[in-house]
Amino acid sequence: MDRLGYLRQTPSQTAGPYVHIGLAPGAAGFRMYDRELGWDIAGPNAAGERIRVEGLVIDGTGSPIKDVMLEAWQANAAGHFAHPEGGGAVEDGFRGWGRVITDFETGEWGFDTVKPGPVAWRDGRMQAPHIALWIVARGINFGLNTRMYFEDEAKANAADPVLNMIEWENRRPTLIAKRQMRDGKPVYRFDIRIQGTGETVFFDI
Amino acid sequence: MKRPSDYYQRDVSRHPPSFAPGYKTSVARSPGLALISLEQSQGDITGPVFGHNDLGPLDNDLLRNFATSGDPVGERILLHGRVLDEDARPVPHTLVEIWQANASGRYRHRKDTYLGALDPNFGGCGRTLTDETGYYAFRTVKPGAYPWRNHINNWRPAHIHVSVFGRAFSQRLITQLYFEGDPLIPLCPIVQTIPDPDAIDALVARLDMNATVPLDMIAWRFDIVLRGRRSTMFENRKEGN
Ligand SMILES: [Fe+3]
Repeated sequence: MDRLGYLRQTPSQTAGPYVHIGLAPGAAGFRMYDRELGWDIAGPNAAGERIRVEGLVIDGTGSPIKDVMLEAWQANAAGHFAHPEGGGAVEDGFRGWGRVITDFETGEWGFDTVKPGPVAWRDGRMQAPHIALWIVARGINFGLNTRMYFEDEAKANAADPVLNMIEWENRRPTLIAKRQMRDGKPVYRFDIRIQGTGETVFFDI
Repeated sequence: MKRPSDYYQRDVSRHPPSFAPGYKTSVARSPGLALISLEQSQGDITGPVFGHNDLGPLDNDLLRNFATSGDPVGERILLHGRVLDEDARPVPHTLVEIWQANASGRYRHRKDTYLGALDPNFGGCGRTLTDETGYYAFRTVKPGAYPWRNHINNWRPAHIHVSVFGRAFSQRLITQLYFEGDPLIPLCPIVQTIPDPDAIDALVARLDMNATVPLDMIAWRFDIVLRGRRSTMFENRKEGN
């Protein structure tokens, strides 16, 4: 407790190399829960464009990190979050939250969802559609917050209050995922560079 | 439209820095550039909501949730506490997930090759929702210490990994709890990434004799404090000018 009587925040510690045991036991190599959490970001009733998001998380040596867990948090296609303060109703089965781990061999991660709609910034201006990502792993002492924007939203991105707040214009593209089509489905590529050349912008929120 | 209120700022003095060279893996896994500070918007003051439908009845009982031929080996413990915010308000109905090594210091993980024996009756993970008062409880065994490659003779103190959501994505936290009196705590490079000894002390679960179940299991108490939230008073002023 501090002098004003506030309790003090519990400190963070790294998720460590075995984060899968707790949060994705199937990947650790055993079946624990009937239902693991985080695979159903946008259930079958969710409206909007069905997309896949994929990428690597790359360390300061240029190597993919193979023991990362990422969590995604996003609005639905109407710009509402699945939360009492989320701005409006969401489709039955839309959670907007997902949890994925990287492949132990390749470091690739990916999830299927719907493209989110725009959400207002604090002053009422619209933010460009984006997905918030939270990254933890062995060696990461404090979960890293970033945002993934969409290449095909160039006009909205150019007006986005958060992207425009990044003083270094050459760093803004680190937050924009590249779109490609695969088997008729849009796939967004979003590689995250923790450190060094092309370092992804991370936020203190 | 009335804007919902923000969560208190991250108390960076409580948390470890990203770059903490005593913990070698952090060297190449820490951003080299400063984080960009952002005011909170709707995505930060909201977060996933979980319900009892997401969980199974034994999910918070690590003595039973994996066992097939009897109880796991080790000291039986009750791990319990409350999830609170900085204003000491309870955080109800929030998901708490834990994972840990067994009593030999061995993880049930295909990447763990430590000599310590696997326990056929111990999985090592659990989860629960806090109740109305922010209270949570798990039954488990006390984990063993285990060695790891940082310096060649580093041993992790007995610890349990803890993940908690809170009500908003900006409250999201993963941490580790330790056990009061463990002489490995001050020797651990991961513990020592935290610069403030008082903050380290907040990760030490306390022996709780009042909650100990006689002739059954020893209790350890671990309270978790997440970021508090501003009251809504005076929150309607125009932003950004
Ligand atoms: Fe561990």
